[in-house]
Amino acid sequence: MRPRIILLLVIAAFASVSFCFTGHPEAAWPLAQLDDYLLNILLMAGINVILAVSLNMVNGYTGQFSLGHAGFMAVGAYGSAAITQIQGKVLLETFGFLGAAAPVFLFSLAVLAGGILAALAGLAVGLPSLRLKGDYLAIVTLGFGEIIRVMLQNTESLGGARGLTGIPPRTTLGWTWAIAALSVYCVGSLVRSTYGRGFLAVRDDEIAAEAMGIHTTAYKVTAFVVGSFFAGLAGALYAHMICYISPEGFSFMKSVDVVVMVILGGMGSTAGVTLAAIGLTFLNEVLRQMQEYRMVAFSLLLIVLMITRPQGLIGDLARFLPGRRRLKP
Amino acid sequence: MSALLRMQKVTVRFGGLVAVSEVDFHVQPGELVGLIGPNGAGKTTLFNVVTGVYAPTSGSVHFAECEVGGEPPFRITARGIARTFQNIRLFASLSVLDNVICALNLHSKSGFFGALWRGKAFRAGEKENREEARKLLEIFGLADAAHAPCRSLAYGDQRRLEIVRALATKPRLLLLDEPAAGMNPTEKVELMKLIRFIRERFGLAVLLVEHDMKVVMGICERIAVLEHGCKIAEGTPSDIQRNRRVIAAYLGEEVSNA
Repeated sequence: MRPRIILLLVIAAFASVSFCFTGHPEAAWPLAQLDDYLLNILLMAGINVILAVSLNMVNGYTGQFSLGHAGFMAVGAYGSAAITQIQGKVLLETFGFLGAAAPVFLFSLAVLAGGILAALAGLAVGLPSLRLKGDYLAIVTLGFGEIIRVMLQNTESLGGARGLTGIPPRTTLGWTWAIAALSVYCVGSLVRSTYGRGFLAVRDDEIAAEAMGIHTTAYKVTAFVVGSFFAGLAGALYAHMICYISPEGFSFMKSVDVVVMVILGGMGSTAGVTLAAIGLTFLNEVLRQMQEYRMVAFSLLLIVLMITRPQGLIGDLARFLPGRRRLKP
Repeated sequence: MSALLRMQKVTVRFGGLVAVSEVDFHVQPGELVGLIGPNGAGKTTLFNVVTGVYAPTSGSVHFAECEVGGEPPFRITARGIARTFQNIRLFASLSVLDNVICALNLHSKSGFFGALWRGKAFRAGEKENREEARKLLEIFGLADAAHAPCRSLAYGDQRRLEIVRALATKPRLLLLDEPAAGMNPTEKVELMKLIRFIRERFGLAVLLVEHDMKVVMGICERIAVLEHGCKIAEGTPSDIQRNRRVIAAYLGEEVSNA
């Protein structure tokens, strides 16, 4: 079966679960039996998959080291919350004719708006800063993430430092994993094309890529915009999952968390990064019992993994397998 | 016949240093031209002006009657000038086939939304690209290694792959930056055959920057010699071999005791 068809089926399955059971996520079958704790972990895992896969587009496939992913996530989170919470009442009345479907419709609109706002932010940051390379780009993106955070902290209409409360709980497993599947599909199929080989060419050797007629700046900005679009979607899902967002939740450490997932999974391996995002989400919970030693154990694990498998969990394991036909659409 | 590449009074200055000074130079369609000179003569700088890495400080560069001086490299490549690198610059993490496919991008219809939607036209285009890349690899005897990582190729094969990749951009002028560097005598003979073959088969002009005199004298129809950023001689290989200024530039002048 074509990957596109598989994807559509997967998304349809997730979405139908979502649409049938609107309202609070717990209501969605077959999760009525799931307790809140496990449900939240599963939601967080899905959101982390979206974040890691989208960052992998920038850091892994295009080789541009970005440290500002949390910033784009914040743009998506606040942007979507502005629609469902701040303007929620007014908009719900506007779409009142949709009846029971109105909240879900508004939510889908909010998620999309979050993604688009983040993509625009990505474009605004990417255009000037992608002329920089390596460490310099990392510092600029890090700075951008902090600017977003400080701006949010000082914008009273968005809750300021206190954060934004009362966001309706709309994120369901269906929504989260449908968008996660979409991100995996989009990044995967972009890269697996003649056009997409350009991203890898930019990563491997920018000068040679340019000499082969590849518009390297356009590629880098495209990767950045795609990455931030999905980060925005993830932010929107996150906001409607925990129902409370504050600028502190989108600090530099959140960006680092995502970078760790990408590095651990293997730069430029969508499968590896997906596994790492799920694995680290669960590991985080397992280690919670160790309380104050949690971060120590976490860091130790990272060190050991980096020494034994610097290319990441999967890394280039999947590449160059004999007889494997690459680039087959 | 109008020249394919015409450089007029090209000067490149880095601060106070004049790397290339008022050089006039041209390449006719289908011609095999060599550019030589001692170390630091400005060969690579001139090469980089043609490929768009540097913009000329003054003077003009015309390719196929269009002013191209100062355009970015990817646009110059789109106009039909392809190049190889002195130190091999393949896309290290990609397979041999993918290296060529990257260069096919320029003339491929594959785009962002096509790659996402993966419709019929897209799949046909991808198939076409793969076949074209394979065909090119076959011509140069690299088809068996198509799926191998390009790093695993032997040195000479990597050089050949770089040329294949450059040819995939469908150039009218191919620039080779010291293709014989690091090759043994047998490989050099192979290289000379290869360059002649490419010119015949693809009907393009070749500009060769090279240190190795045997290679340059052996295949070039016309040679230009640079020294200290100025063109000191131009002519057929035998002319150049007898030119006193060239000999002086390479070997130094005789000290006259008279």
